[in-house]
Amino acid sequence: MSARLSYREAMREALREALLRDSRVLLMGEDVGMYGGSYAVSKGLLAEFGPERIRDTPLSELGFVGAGIGAALGGLRPIVEIMTVNFSLLALDPLVNSAAAMRHMSGGQFHVPMVVRMATGAGRQLAAQHSHSLEGWYAHVPGLKVLAPATVEDARDMLWPAVQDPDPVVIFEHAQLYNLEAQYRPGSGADITHGRVRRPGRDLTLITFGGSLPATLQAAETLAAAGIEPEVVDLRVLRPLDEAVFLESVRRTHRALIVEEEWRSGGFAAEITARIMEQAFFDLDAPVQRVCSAEVPIPYAKHLEEAALPQPAAIVAAARRLVRGEAA
Amino acid sequence: MTDVPYSREFALDLVREMLRIRRFEEICAELYGTMKIRGFLHLYIGEEAVAVGVLRAAQAKDAVVATYREHGHALVRGIPAKVILAEMFGKASGCCRGRGGSMHLFDAATRFHGGNAIVGGGLPIATGLALAERMLARQGIVFCFFGEGAVAEGAFHESMNLAALWRLPVLFCCENNLYAMGTSLARSESQTDLCVKAGSYGMAAQPVDGMDVVAVHEAAKSAAEAVRAGGGPRFLELRTYRYRAHSMFDPDLYRSKEEIEAWKKRGPLHGLTGRLKAQGSMSEEDFQRLEAEVRAEFEEAVAFAEAAPLEPAADLLRDVYTPAGGA
Repeated sequence: MSARLSYREAMREALREALLRDSRVLLMGEDVGMYGGSYAVSKGLLAEFGPERIRDTPLSELGFVGAGIGAALGGLRPIVEIMTVNFSLLALDPLVNSAAAMRHMSGGQFHVPMVVRMATGAGRQLAAQHSHSLEGWYAHVPGLKVLAPATVEDARDMLWPAVQDPDPVVIFEHAQLYNLEAQYRPGSGADITHGRVRRPGRDLTLITFGGSLPATLQAAETLAAAGIEPEVVDLRVLRPLDEAVFLESVRRTHRALIVEEEWRSGGFAAEITARIMEQAFFDLDAPVQRVCSAEVPIPYAKHLEEAALPQPAAIVAAARRLVRGEAA
Repeated sequence: MTDVPYSREFALDLVREMLRIRRFEEICAELYGTMKIRGFLHLYIGEEAVAVGVLRAAQAKDAVVATYREHGHALVRGIPAKVILAEMFGKASGCCRGRGGSMHLFDAATRFHGGNAIVGGGLPIATGLALAERMLARQGIVFCFFGEGAVAEGAFHESMNLAALWRLPVLFCCENNLYAMGTSLARSESQTDLCVKAGSYGMAAQPVDGMDVVAVHEAAKSAAEAVRAGGGPRFLELRTYRYRAHSMFDPDLYRSKEEIEAWKKRGPLHGLTGRLKAQGSMSEEDFQRLEAEVRAEFEEAVAFAEAAPLEPAADLLRDVYTPAGGA
């Protein structure tokens, strides 16, 4: 059975599925209930599941993320929503010092089956305190699993395996993806361990994830029209990282360009670059390249924000330089 | 001096548990000196009445969340001394397989949730544990220990608010030993009456003489009953004092010898034994027998920790994630 769904609806259906299938599941966070979710993801769930399981919290990220950890330790399966990755910094302590460390620190006695969902990324003129991409910070931490669903299918299917996972899982939902629509076929995205090739190609590998996937696919079509056939790899899972999916591709195409919305310095693209250098250096025909956000707090004005983010034109230009040595 | 209102058996149990903590901490200090224990080591000497008085009001189904000064709580909760010591020796037989050390003692069997070394870090976790207790319709409550230093943290305020808002079964036990490392309460708080802070979240809050195990136990028993009955969280401020420095690295320059000596006169252990002897329910022989039992227990525990195997370094990455199929 196939249906047309938005990313937002897909995530809502995924939440419904989790709430229906497991009575231990609850959704908690700021304005997830009465308000319907700051991105309207949880709209209608309060009426269906009630205020105990669709639990509005005060504005206290440290407190309610920590409480989510305790709830998970106590036998519940909490899904904790944080409005944006910027606000999640107020909860870095419980996520890094408790959730991620708990299993190891307790010698395997306690584990934290909690899912944390948060919006990430720019593109809506929300400026420097609502627009950042810090996925790589979380992917740095052993003990966490980090997912970046970039398609309707993944938004619909990655949540349930994350809820069933015995360890803490952080899910990044790029705010620009919520209105994305696509035909959805049940059951094909329920994998939280592998990346995917989203577009096969032969001339270079474009490696990306999350909100940068649409711009990368768009750039790929432009390149194809000009006779360059890029392969597009969607990482999907940033930790534990599926290296095989991009190493195998790079070994065939001999060129790699990484596209991400994080800042270049110390960003996740640097990690991908290092893995390629360590394991596929002699397969390369050219240095690995990156298209990242400008090194600036994301600005408000539309033209400045656009200039700060990886745009399809910049991806195309970087790809052409990489393949043909052409000037931008 | 009022009579201790307990059976001889229970009174001697309180003496034994406080004595166990005192002697255990003394042994730890020695073992630190001989480099058997490393890392940070925070001793509970002087504060014994708090862990013993409070945790003797806890039931097996309850959960406990403690701080990095938690050896005493772990012992009273029933984690065997030998696996606590083995943990501090960094051995595979330790309760956390040598991953945690002194500051991170955990035990699933007794629902002992650490061993949290982020000041205030245990409070949100305790709040969530209490949420699970209620949503899963269980009857347990959560005993959450933290120092007075934690009240300056946002985690304290966020947790008090959440627990009171949702009327969760948590007993917040603030061990006020007057100093957050070297910073006295008066130097860090605009409001030094901690019960006023807790009370502002709409929960009953009570100051308790934390050097008197009877006062602690009576207060904890009645507060725990109220929490268990569904009345929402409660707050106890247990006024106590640590005789030793903050940790083994602390030169203790921020308080006077006179102050320390004055508090030692109110020692929880000799306070209780003095009362019991005066009322004729404990003899010096009883006390010496307890001393001998405790000594034997810890001699065996030290030997166990010494002999315990090291975790193979090949297993370093074990338990970062749950193995496939496990939970």
